[in-house]
Amino acid sequence: MKSDPKKILRYSPSERANHWLTALTFVPAALSGLCFFHPFFFPLSELFGGGVWARILHPFTAVIMTVSFGVMFFKYRELNVMAPIDWEWLSHVREMVGSDDRNMPEAGKFNGGQKLLSWLMAACMVLLILSGIIIWRAYFSFLFPTWLIRFASVVHAASGAIMIGMIIFHIYAAIWTKESIDAMLYGWVRRAWAKQHHPAWFKEMTGRGK
Amino acid sequence: MALQSLDIMRRSATTTPSPRQRITQEVVKLIDVSKCIGCKACQVACMEWNDTHDDVGTNHGVYDNPMDLTESSWTVMRYSEVETERGLEWLIRKDGCMHCADPGCLKACPAPGAIVQYSNGIVDFHEENCIGCGYCITGCPFNIPRLSKKDSKVYKCTLCSDRVAVGLEPACAKTCPTGSIVFGTKEDMIHHAEERIEDLKSRGYTKAGIYDGPGVGGTHVMYVLQHADKSELYHGLVKNPSISPMVSLWKGIVKPFASLALGAGILIAFFHYVTKGPNKVSDEIEKEFKDEK
Repeated sequence: MKSDPKKILRYSPSERANHWLTALTFVPAALSGLCFFHPFFFPLSELFGGGVWARILHPFTAVIMTVSFGVMFFKYRELNVMAPIDWEWLSHVREMVGSDDRNMPEAGKFNGGQKLLSWLMAACMVLLILSGIIIWRAYFSFLFPTWLIRFASVVHAASGAIMIGMIIFHIYAAIWTKESIDAMLYGWVRRAWAKQHHPAWFKEMTGRGK
Repeated sequence: MALQSLDIMRRSATTTPSPRQRITQEVVKLIDVSKCIGCKACQVACMEWNDTHDDVGTNHGVYDNPMDLTESSWTVMRYSEVETERGLEWLIRKDGCMHCADPGCLKACPAPGAIVQYSNGIVDFHEENCIGCGYCITGCPFNIPRLSKKDSKVYKCTLCSDRVAVGLEPACAKTCPTGSIVFGTKEDMIHHAEERIEDLKSRGYTKAGIYDGPGVGGTHVMYVLQHADKSELYHGLVKNPSISPMVSLWKGIVKPFASLALGAGILIAFFHYVTKGPNKVSDEIEKEFKDEK
């Protein structure tokens, strides 16, 4: 739906569905994973019908999430290539966090922070799925030696915690940057928004150099 | 185990103290390998008392039967034919849970109360709290717990905690016809072991000794070995069992700190929002597009 004819399409319906499938599977995967992370989080298992259900559901939701993320990452693989301007953007990130964006280099469809985050998430996803298969006791663990299962347990816990941390950051960045959640929900963004946050992309989409 | 509910030393995935008002004496099951004749009466007694029924297996051409511990066979005899300076020796070791003072299974378990350690030293699985993740198998330095395919719960030797609670000895010790398996207080058992070692030494087993896993804080199942310097001879009995550094790292201090860091991340985000305000389109750019309309 496009109320204003001058709005710009940022995310197509399939991109939005892809993103939200990843997000919706991430939530149960993360909450059930936390149950086994530390006893403090074990009460979260009640959300899934108890510890046994949390244990059963965790890997399945995580596999769907990983596949969905993989599709999204593949789709954006070229847009996410880090260019010199992205590193420059990142060198100014302190000013950005301080709400001063005057010196920020002009970001494209994705800014340096978004690009870097997606690479870090991809790295975590790879570590999570590989270590996760090794510690998936019901179907796969019998294939692996104990020392590897122990190592994979450490890798899984560490990369899972880092992943959750990055998602907290990602969600907050979306809340902080007004209208960006709308962009992911409805697809279209106002030209003013595009010019404010992604000036290079705005020029590319509108052909306006000003 | 209602009878023992007041003497719990440790409880898995629990950060507060367990009910431990009753302090019972530490118990030990001592297995004298030199006295074992490999009759498997202990295996039978274990299954009989615990009412477990393993599948009928196949003959693998060796005495070991079943070939490994299972969710129904909580103890198995391990037969090793080895060449020592004394010639060919048949070493028969009763394998099963060692009931470590510092149990790797309990450390690894994420389910509150699925694994408990009583003040008498017995490490027990409470299957009703088990979630079937198999982390205990990852944590165990002796490769003991077995996950049932039928109910996805783990099982292992209980050291007959139910019998011990009412003053009986474990079923295997009760039935052993040669007195190879004896049960009693830790003090008594160590005393008995020392006597046995002295006897073995007088018979030419100069390296006879006790095996009690000092790396896991001692075990509540101990062996008297004729060749204590070469525990691997006994079907690969780990020489210096200890909780793997990987498991300690996995279950160590980093996790509570990581949990705090995640919580701090949310707080920092919240306070960033209320101090810096949202990242909106600037008035200047808004005006530019408004004029255009």
